[in-house]
Amino acid sequence: VCTSRFWFNYRHVANTLSVYRSVKRLGIPDSHIVLMLADDMACNPRNPKPATVFSHKNMELNVYGDDVEVDYRSYEVTVENFLRVLTGRIPPSTPRSKRLLSDDRSNILIYMTGHGGNGFLKFQDSEEITNVELADAFEQMWQKRRYNELLFIIDTCQGASMYERFYSPNIMALASSQVGEDSLSHQPDLGIGVHLMDRYTFYVLEFLEEIHPASQTNMNDLFQVCPKSLCVSTPGHRTDLFQRAPQNVLITDFFGSVRKVEITTEALSLDRDVAGFESKFPEEELATEPLKYAEQLPVAQIIHQKPKQKDWHPPGGFILGLWALIIMVFFKTYGIKHMKHVF
Amino acid sequence: GGMAAAAALLLLLLLVATGPGPGRADAGRERRDALREELLLSPLPTGDVAATFQFRTRWDADLQRGAVSHYRLFPKALGRLVAALGVRELHLALTQGFWRTRYWGQPPLQAPAGAELWVWFQPTVTDVDKAWKELSNILSGIFCASLNFIDSTNTVIPTASFKPLGLANGTDHHLLRYAVLPREVVCTENLTPWKKLLPCGSKAGLAVLLKAERLFHSSYHSQAVHIRPICRDASCLAVSWELRQTLTVVFDFFSSGQGKKDWSLFKMFSRTLTDTCPLASQSKVYVDISPKNKEKELLEVSPAPTSVHEAIVQGDKKTYAVYDLLSPSLFNTSRSLNVQLKWKRPQDSSEMPIPTLHAQRYVGGYGLQTGEICTLIYNTHPYRAFPVILLETVPWYLRLYVHTLTIITKGKENKPSYIHYQPAQDRRRPHLLEMLIQLPANSVTKITIQFERALLKWTEYPPDPNHGFYVGSSVLSALVPSVTAMKDMDVEQSPLFASLFPSSDGSSYFVRLYTEPLLVNLPTPDFSMPYNVICLTCTVVAVCYGSFYNLLTRTFHVEEPSRGGLAKRLANVIRKLRGVPPL
Repeated sequence: VCTSRFWFNYRHVANTLSVYRSVKRLGIPDSHIVLMLADDMACNPRNPKPATVFSHKNMELNVYGDDVEVDYRSYEVTVENFLRVLTGRIPPSTPRSKRLLSDDRSNILIYMTGHGGNGFLKFQDSEEITNVELADAFEQMWQKRRYNELLFIIDTCQGASMYERFYSPNIMALASSQVGEDSLSHQPDLGIGVHLMDRYTFYVLEFLEEIHPASQTNMNDLFQVCPKSLCVSTPGHRTDLFQRAPQNVLITDFFGSVRKVEITTEALSLDRDVAGFESKFPEEELATEPLKYAEQLPVAQIIHQKPKQKDWHPPGGFILGLWALIIMVFFKTYGIKHMKHVF
Repeated sequence: GGMAAAAALLLLLLLVATGPGPGRADAGRERRDALREELLLSPLPTGDVAATFQFRTRWDADLQRGAVSHYRLFPKALGRLVAALGVRELHLALTQGFWRTRYWGQPPLQAPAGAELWVWFQPTVTDVDKAWKELSNILSGIFCASLNFIDSTNTVIPTASFKPLGLANGTDHHLLRYAVLPREVVCTENLTPWKKLLPCGSKAGLAVLLKAERLFHSSYHSQAVHIRPICRDASCLAVSWELRQTLTVVFDFFSSGQGKKDWSLFKMFSRTLTDTCPLASQSKVYVDISPKNKEKELLEVSPAPTSVHEAIVQGDKKTYAVYDLLSPSLFNTSRSLNVQLKWKRPQDSSEMPIPTLHAQRYVGGYGLQTGEICTLIYNTHPYRAFPVILLETVPWYLRLYVHTLTIITKGKENKPSYIHYQPAQDRRRPHLLEMLIQLPANSVTKITIQFERALLKWTEYPPDPNHGFYVGSSVLSALVPSVTAMKDMDVEQSPLFASLFPSSDGSSYFVRLYTEPLLVNLPTPDFSMPYNVICLTCTVVAVCYGSFYNLLTRTFHVEEPSRGGLAKRLANVIRKLRGVPPL
């Protein structure tokens, strides 16, 4: 989730996209990823290289790529939508790609970045989500059995305050800085004119580039990723709610996935099925007279088109009250015997 | 009885299954769906070049009737959408940039900036609004666009514009819905699912040229999806469904062309064509080499085209160099095809042709209270007049005053033959203004209407309110008289770019133009005020009320001086010794 708007927050979009890229590379398909970007940097008019988002200076690595699917963009990234995605309370017409379709055997990775403070994370410069709300949302997920294990990574200023209030089991959390510290950005690119990445996510990306789907690296290595000498802030983590020990948890448990492949040695003949299918096609009735296309600008028809009369409704509300008042005043002044003047 | 029927059915199935073998089925039986792909390169008068891709999948099946479950070339996502929601026609366009009709000429198919969706539903649909809402939600998931923001505040029901482009046997406009989201951004995440709907994806055929980094570095990028029912053959007794995916991109002379007017496929797309899509029955590249001012050709194309095609497109005779990718002679000499366009002699900038119909729209006035929307429509035909329908959709927060609507042509007032105005309801419905105006020959028509800006509630502002609020493009639909009369042509034989609008009469052609979208500033409050007010009020309350409370309720007690602790007694002893008064 990237929660920041405006061009100078380019680095937050680059952060999110680099984690998205790593996760896709390690095997998680787009149908299992909900990507929320609060602003469009790639096709922003201020981007000198359209359709690209770079993470390394001198434009070495384009994390936007050619195959990106953003589920929530621009104004859709709000606290309400985020919490609805987490808890599953989504309006019925929401498409599948915008839902978190997880069950009690799913491991969920949540990565958030943006501007934050002690106990809150700012969404699009207009609203914020507090650590208490987030903890309650996770508890709702736990009650509804929407996750098996959850890894929460946050890269904002004072990020550790966001995981202080968690109380549901099986949550492991990482943050880029402690309470009272700011997370700093990595490096600017003079061609693009803004800072490209935040330090913590930059080193996490370098760490993840070494991981492949079969690697045995565990969480303890991820905790060591950005020491104070490189990151300037002190990354923190929280594992007390997690049931397994961190050294037994593989990175690929959260960042990668393996698809079920069944290998069969029998040959399946497809042609016969196709022939059978096609012949079962219902016979279509042909029209008796030729169909025709509509006229694009039927001037005569338009001029003589009468607008549809609105259905007559009895007057309600104010008009009825006004008439009742007028009639009452009339009868009050003149008395009932003047009713014949009305009819 | 039952047993006999079952036995007969089994026999029939066996006969069918063992009948035609797989080899013969391909050759003998006609395919039920076909794909044609086409790329049109047209150099524009200003030195830019426009590339229009069209991918057309035609399916000879009726999606509405019968449970269709076997999809081959037609994408399943769209097929099921059409069948489930009772859609008769669907047109969705996502555009970045603006087509400058004045300088570039009439567009083959234009779309307004942002996202535009217009749909005709089948007469069997009972609740059209509910189906419309579901449709926009499903499309927002398929195309990764925020189409779920389409609701009653930006949907209108046009009464005269947007007649169906496909087969129709009745045009009750209550089955039509039109919405525009001018703020919508188009980027790679919209192109990716669009490419995935193509039968060959972006791996073979013309779609290999669609690389996002080059396509979005352009002045105009528009991708659209059109689904409509068409005649299956000339007799038009059966219905086929057609899915057209079009992508128009205009490469800028200065940024992509590096200031030189010579273009090539490699310069535009940084790729060349290497092979054809095996599922396509036709795959062609057309290059517009029409001579201007009836002189001999100005443009030279290399390598040599496989044929030259002449057609009357948009009322004018045009010549095209055709490269048929399916003909074996094309890839004989080299593995890849890189079409190059070179100008034979330098082009004179003074001979830029002016299109017959073009328009312009802008906001006038000053301040944050009132304003005026002005639309200028130009008819540059020397002697023919023709009617045009103007459709304007204005959001509710710009309160239009219809009594200030004036239409002036050549200094005199021009009364429209048909006006349909539907006023807005706050937070429920936008303004809709549709007018049929006659444009006299060689004239400029100015339409002005004044508006007042409303103050929104503070929760209704978007996160960046100082950017401004967009007013969607207005739509001009016109039948422009042709220079050369068009003959009735067979849809299957003509190139795709000539057969999008069904033509009824050869003397004029239908064109739909869009004006610029407008950006207006609404009076915006200072959003830090609630915080300031809370701080100030709390401070004032604390200082004033706190002081009063203390003054009124504080009581004073006299305190006995205590004997003092040990330290005090010691200090007193020392002071007594010194002769100083005790503490």
